Amino acid sequence: MTTGIKTYSNWQLTSLVLLRVALGWNFLYEGIAKLVDPDWTAMGYLMDSKWIFAGTFHSMATNPSVLSLVDFLNIWGLILIGLGLILGLLEKVSAITGMVLLGFYYLSHPPLAGLGYVIPSEGNYLIVNKTLIEFIAMWVLYHFPTGKEIGLDRFMFWKKVQK
Amino acid sequence: METNNTNKSGVGRRDMLKGLATVPFLGALFIAWWNKRRKDHYLNEDILNEIKVSTKAPESGPAVSKDRKIRLGVIGFGIRGEQLIRAAGFAVPDIIDEWKKGAQQDPEDKRYEDYLKQEDLNIEVNGICDIYDVHAERVLLASGNKSRQGSDANITPAAKRYRNYKDLIQAPDIDAVIIATPDHWHAPMSIDAALAGKHVYVEKAMTHNEEETYEMVDAIKKSGICFQLGHQGRQTASYIKAKEVIAQNILGPVTLIEVTTNRNSPNGAWVYDIDKGAGPQNIDWDQFTGAGPERPFSLERFFRWRCWWDYGTGLSGDLLTHEYDAMNQILGLGIPHSVVSSGGIYYYKDGREVPDTFQVTYEYPDRNITFLYSATLASDRARGKVIMGHDANMEIGDMLTVWADFESTRFKKLIENGTIKIDIPLFSFIPGRKKVDALATATEKYFAGRGLLYTYRDGVRVDTTHLHIKEWLDCIRTGTQPSCNIDRGFEEAITAHMATKAYRENRKVYWDPVNRKII
Repeated sequence: MTTGIKTYSNWQLTSLVLLRVALGWNFLYEGIAKLVDPDWTAMGYLMDSKWIFAGTFHSMATNPSVLSLVDFLNIWGLILIGLGLILGLLEKVSAITGMVLLGFYYLSHPPLAGLGYVIPSEGNYLIVNKTLIEFIAMWVLYHFPTGKEIGLDRFMFWKKVQK
Repeated sequence: METNNTNKSGVGRRDMLKGLATVPFLGALFIAWWNKRRKDHYLNEDILNEIKVSTKAPESGPAVSKDRKIRLGVIGFGIRGEQLIRAAGFAVPDIIDEWKKGAQQDPEDKRYEDYLKQEDLNIEVNGICDIYDVHAERVLLASGNKSRQGSDANITPAAKRYRNYKDLIQAPDIDAVIIATPDHWHAPMSIDAALAGKHVYVEKAMTHNEEETYEMVDAIKKSGICFQLGHQGRQTASYIKAKEVIAQNILGPVTLIEVTTNRNSPNGAWVYDIDKGAGPQNIDWDQFTGAGPERPFSLERFFRWRCWWDYGTGLSGDLLTHEYDAMNQILGLGIPHSVVSSGGIYYYKDGREVPDTFQVTYEYPDRNITFLYSATLASDRARGKVIMGHDANMEIGDMLTVWADFESTRFKKLIENGTIKIDIPLFSFIPGRKKVDALATATEKYFAGRGLLYTYRDGVRVDTTHLHIKEWLDCIRTGTQPSCNIDRGFEEAITAHMATKAYRENRKVYWDPVNRKII
């Protein structure tokens, strides 16, 4: 479906753009909220990690220099991915990077039977949680990009589109 | 795709619209976020205006010139003595070895690095006294370890060993002493030091019994020496903040204070290790016994002295005093009007005399406050220090949380209009929030959770004991009195002895403020 963008119906295009904007909104807000909170750190979340990768995430949390790098990348990753998706700028890069971030979130807190978490405290899911759904939604965006039609990628890829 | 209405730049109006179609969402997000932030800000402002306590951490006090070197004597080098001298800047080499090894195995182990950063207090250890040869040898080594090195550094002792503390106190090259002996020696040694004009830092509990407390207070006051009692919690940032909360009357009328001790390990219950090579040949038993009743030589009594009334003060002196001093610092309680105590030896039936489970109720009718202390050495359930007021309650540990009370009179309107939410702390103070405490033992965790191991100054994690000793040295240099001075010590000692008396005599015990006597 590489040439699919021209074949989207108006409703298909609208729904895909809305999905993109909604994911972007979620990312951008999460990033800004963390940026403006001087005390925010991923430490608590990382320390709360369970399952086979818990050791890796715990060691990220306990090494101050790694932790500050994780905090920095997380905040600016969220903000830039959020901006990218809302504006339709470098959409495919944004979607892939978003999938990487979400993948980390998921693997640090997989909702498997028998694993309970303190953060976020919203009950238990079974294997499929919001993170996994966002991850899959990002994947959809990657394969059904809309930024070249509705978004700044229209200008970025201007010459390509004219062909 | 239509490209037929392009202008000279190659981008048409229709392209412009399509390319920028989602920009309004960005605007909407920023407006929504800004409004939310403003609302949150005003809510916070409303709350902070109402409670008038800053969320900023206390800063370190003004720097005192350390030009004058202070020459120390150390009396008693057991578990606590070693910690104190280390906090003063002199560590035994084997602990440095252990920390170095720890740092090699685990790059996150910063104990050695942190210790090297600890401020040099410009002191020297000129004399030491311990009646157990092994401990004496260790403190001699520590005295020569000003450069904080491990055992590969060939350290030679800098201090002279005295067999009797009286000779150490008389030595002309000693200005001040740190006393970390068993409790029954605190008062006699402090009195002798004061009479000799030597400044005193003594571990809690300040005294072993009521009578010697009065003598000690007289001697210290007459001598004019600088005296500090070893309640390092005086330096804990959250306690200092708690005092501000009380000063602003955020809690409203306080009627109940609940403080606790929960431990669940032999070490926490004073069943300390007995050294293999120890015996009458390297322990001066007569000096250990002192003025107390004569007993046959006993390694158990020597190493686990806290379990016997002859030498220790039980839960009252060892752990209640920490909790009491914290509350005395925060609320200025003073000596209670009366006390009842109960408890027993319910778990550690190892021949000890002091209770392992102990409950104390102090009454302060002038303040309309009951002070409740509850302790067990056989359960690790975490219970905090809580001050309960009509308008809010406050929980204090290494951090501090204030919760508004649903039925509060003062906050009624703010609760009704949603400014104050009951399920969110009204105020919380978390010093060093981004730091990780990698602590090893259950006892360390117990002390850290109570703010008795580490605190934060200017964003840096520091040992509270180091700060407490530094305060004492600063006061010696400036001729002032430190935070846990002899008046606070008097209150601490009498309050602890009242609880012990009530337990041992199984009756309600009162303080007679006119005749200054426990009755």
